[in-house]
Amino acid sequence: MARTAVLGRLTWQVGTVTALREESSTARTIVVGLPRWPGHLAGQHVDVRLTAEDGYSAQRSYSIASAPANGNLELTVQRLPDGEVSSYLAGDLEVGYPLELRGPIGGWFVWEPDIQAPVMLVAGGSGVVPLMAMIRTREAAGNKAPFRLVYSVRSPDTELYKDELAERQRRGDGVDVTYVYTRTTPPGWPVPPGRINAEVLASAGWPADRHPAVFVCGPTPFVEAVANLLVNAGHSPGAVKTERFGPTGGKS
Amino acid sequence: MGTVSPGFHPRRERADEKLPPGQYLVTDFPVLSAGPTPRVNTGSWELRITTETGQVHSWDWAAFRALPSEDITVDIHCVTKWSKLHTGWQGVSLDTLLDGVETSAGFALARSYGGYTTNLPLPDLRDGQAWIAYEFEGSPLAAEHGGPARLLVPHLYFWKSAKWVSGIDLRANDEPGFWESLGYHNYGDPWREQRYWGD
Repeated sequence: MARTAVLGRLTWQVGTVTALREESSTARTIVVGLPRWPGHLAGQHVDVRLTAEDGYSAQRSYSIASAPANGNLELTVQRLPDGEVSSYLAGDLEVGYPLELRGPIGGWFVWEPDIQAPVMLVAGGSGVVPLMAMIRTREAAGNKAPFRLVYSVRSPDTELYKDELAERQRRGDGVDVTYVYTRTTPPGWPVPPGRINAEVLASAGWPADRHPAVFVCGPTPFVEAVANLLVNAGHSPGAVKTERFGPTGGKS
Repeated sequence: MGTVSPGFHPRRERADEKLPPGQYLVTDFPVLSAGPTPRVNTGSWELRITTETGQVHSWDWAAFRALPSEDITVDIHCVTKWSKLHTGWQGVSLDTLLDGVETSAGFALARSYGGYTTNLPLPDLRDGQAWIAYEFEGSPLAAEHGGPARLLVPHLYFWKSAKWVSGIDLRANDEPGFWESLGYHNYGDPWREQRYWGD
């Protein structure tokens, strides 16, 4: 299903917004019903096209947050200052509105549930979205590969999927989550705010000799720093898959 | 025209007429790479052009930098939708590098340190359309943007402008490169919006 999903011609299709969920003060999840959605691989993205009444249109790419399913998908969109498309998707869009998109796109930054190697996910901010698709796909497929997520956020109020990740931790479903707060920690947090460093990656991730599949997604400087730390820690560059977005690049 | 998005009121300036379809203007320089940034030392750097008969033409950094270079001002278009106008580069034209290379190849496969590849028709590298660039806006090209040297083929989507370029194979047959094997268009003309297979 999903493997062939990238092979065909990617035509535009019009879905309908069936639900909206606030994820943080600046991000929300859009559930889109799509009659002709073939499913996707965890980590893939879609192109969204908005069209104004005078015919002007704007396109952006957004990572898919949900596990593959026939007929629907979920996107989580972070509202960016001056983001022409994101401010519509995370603001004006309402349930019942049409939403035009095409995909799934991308065949590299993907995790497939027939792989049993340990998985290390490193997210910066809204870079957690495609990694969440991997966590959800793992569960949907009954895959038991041990997952570790290191999730760097500015402050507790910008965490995405907070309740779901906490619930997974409680259940002990095999996905370990370590938070790194860069500006403000929750009350009583044992360490002061700071950036992800070699020590955090070593203690919260997998050592290179376990040969984990590694996925790093976030803003460009974050991904550059983390990928360099991982290579310095002995991870093979070919095993570290990255997806970067700039303030205006790719994901606005 | 696509389906109208209720309540969508564009905010951007409509001066984007010079942009290919589906693109928007940025003023910063976003980075897109599939993996960690390779660290390539100019002391061991080498550029190899290999013809379809196996003839190798190679330059070390000093020999490469001794070639005549050009100031290049071009617009660049990334398949992830951003475009950047009037970017300034310094580099060596592929016409210079291919001068004296005997070939009847129709295609080229660019190779990079780190293993990246991208394919394009050889005529797209000729006639002042392509360079090996080593400076961006007056400074040595940063590693995350492909330094010490990258291919620059601005008339195609920017993934064709291979970062950390190490060589170009001249081939009788076309062979899809990295992104071209993963769903992205084989040619990638931004003005025809050739983003993905089938576009």
